[in-house]
Amino acid sequence: MSDIALNRDISLSVAKDKTNYRNTKNKIFKIVVIIMSVVTISPIVLIIGKLIIKGIGQINLDFFTSVAPDTFEAMMAISSGERIPGGIANGITGTLLIVILAAVIAIPIGIMTGIYLYENQGKRYANLIRNITDVLQGVPSIVLGIIGYLWVVIKVTNGFSALAGSVALAIMMLPLIVRSTEETMKMVPENIKEAAVALGVPYHKVILRVMIPSSFSGLVTGILLAISRILGETAPLLLTTLGSPAINMDLTQPTSAVPLLIWNFYNDPNLVDLIWSSSLFLMGMVLTLNLVSKRIVAKREK
Amino acid sequence: MKENNLDIQNPILSIEDLSIAYIQDKYAVKNVNAKIESKSITAIMGPSGCGKSTLLRAINRMHELYPNITTKGKILLGNDNIYDMDTIKLRRKIGMVFQRPNPFPTMSIYDNVIAGYKLNGHKLKKDQRDEIVEKSLQDVTLWDEVKDSLFKKGTFLSGGQQQRLCIARALAYNPEVILLDEPTSALDPIATARVEELLADLKKKYTIVLVTHNMSQAARISDHSLFMYLGELVEYGKTNSMFTNPIDSRTEAYLTGKFG
Repeated sequence: MSDIALNRDISLSVAKDKTNYRNTKNKIFKIVVIIMSVVTISPIVLIIGKLIIKGIGQINLDFFTSVAPDTFEAMMAISSGERIPGGIANGITGTLLIVILAAVIAIPIGIMTGIYLYENQGKRYANLIRNITDVLQGVPSIVLGIIGYLWVVIKVTNGFSALAGSVALAIMMLPLIVRSTEETMKMVPENIKEAAVALGVPYHKVILRVMIPSSFSGLVTGILLAISRILGETAPLLLTTLGSPAINMDLTQPTSAVPLLIWNFYNDPNLVDLIWSSSLFLMGMVLTLNLVSKRIVAKREK
Repeated sequence: MKENNLDIQNPILSIEDLSIAYIQDKYAVKNVNAKIESKSITAIMGPSGCGKSTLLRAINRMHELYPNITTKGKILLGNDNIYDMDTIKLRRKIGMVFQRPNPFPTMSIYDNVIAGYKLNGHKLKKDQRDEIVEKSLQDVTLWDEVKDSLFKKGTFLSGGQQQRLCIARALAYNPEVILLDEPTSALDPIATARVEELLADLKKKYTIVLVTHNMSQAARISDHSLFMYLGELVEYGKTNSMFTNPIDSRTEAYLTGKFG
């Protein structure tokens, strides 16, 4: 056997060893990635499972139509072994009232700001506003609650009110809507805008009649995601809407909300069992909004 | 600039000493002087980056959409300098068709044709609208193909049909001049041939200015040609004379395919 052939044999066997080693590394890496992904999704699966198991029994028609029970009613029911009476109707109506009002405040302001940022890419004031909007996104929600308390509870409604909560939540929604509006507008092809401009369409109509309809599904998605973000907010509402045992539709009065009820139930040993069903309901609403917005995105991309 | 057998009898546009810079002192169009004959096809040709699209877009001031643009000189439409006119009114008189077909994605074919009226808030009666839509679509020979699907989205049409729809959209608004920026570069040869036939037909009623990097297209359909090179108008005149007997050596080199 010549030297050359021998050398070749040696290098081949070294190469084979290396290949095995690399394959093993690849396999280990793949397994680690899969395990980490399972770790990521397990909390949400476990939470939803737990909520369904412990909460589903409490959910019936009464749950949606009756107001929250007081601690005495609950104690009586528990001692005689019955289902705790009542539901979260005051919370559901309150959440709807507060969230819809917050959306009504935040949507026009957010979309207008988003349009401004889109139209002024790279300009100084637009960049400044974009950065401030990003900072706003990082403001802790309890701080926004304090702002709602100072601006609205003290100065406008002279007491805890749905309006104060809506203002705090609207401020939370704003940065989300602003950025999603800007991003969706950027996705509209430039030549669609040019087509409208070339027809002699004035600037405001190009935006209102061409750009907004062309990016409509994106705008709706951004708004739905912003709503699902604020739906479960508790801290700002504790400082602004306070809560109410009855259904309230007056914007200037204290109002309940689902997350506030969950907080109240948690603090009452007789009502603590109700946190599961209320949380299940809140979770269901957030998930539905998320899924709907995902569907809209998927449909648009087709 | 050299004139080649130029005979402009009835100019609708006069470009006078026009210079345009995107970046300060870097001129994309340099001191261009030219006249555009009414009811004819004028082709602007030249290699990539020669400023032909910029010159075209200057005619309806679309180039002003870019920031920091400098424009010097005049363009007269009739007797009025377009740089003194309101851009909105100007663009209603000078329609434009783009390189890529761009029907409004949210509108039906019908609405796309009358988009100019709709978006500008002109109230038309239904039979007026129907008439404009039918006439414009017939002008672009699209009517027979789409008359049963007028209320479908314009984006469902083929590329060539979409481009003709975009021409119909420009025509519907009754412009005096139609600018086309490489209107067939995104189309297949058959669709291209149809658009060219269409343009030859449309020049009876409209003034057409066309940017093309396709020399044979310019030769086939245009009456007058402008050859641009590095922002300069090198030569302009009758298309026939320019193609058979170019005066400037750069024109000759370009037309014989030595560069471009």
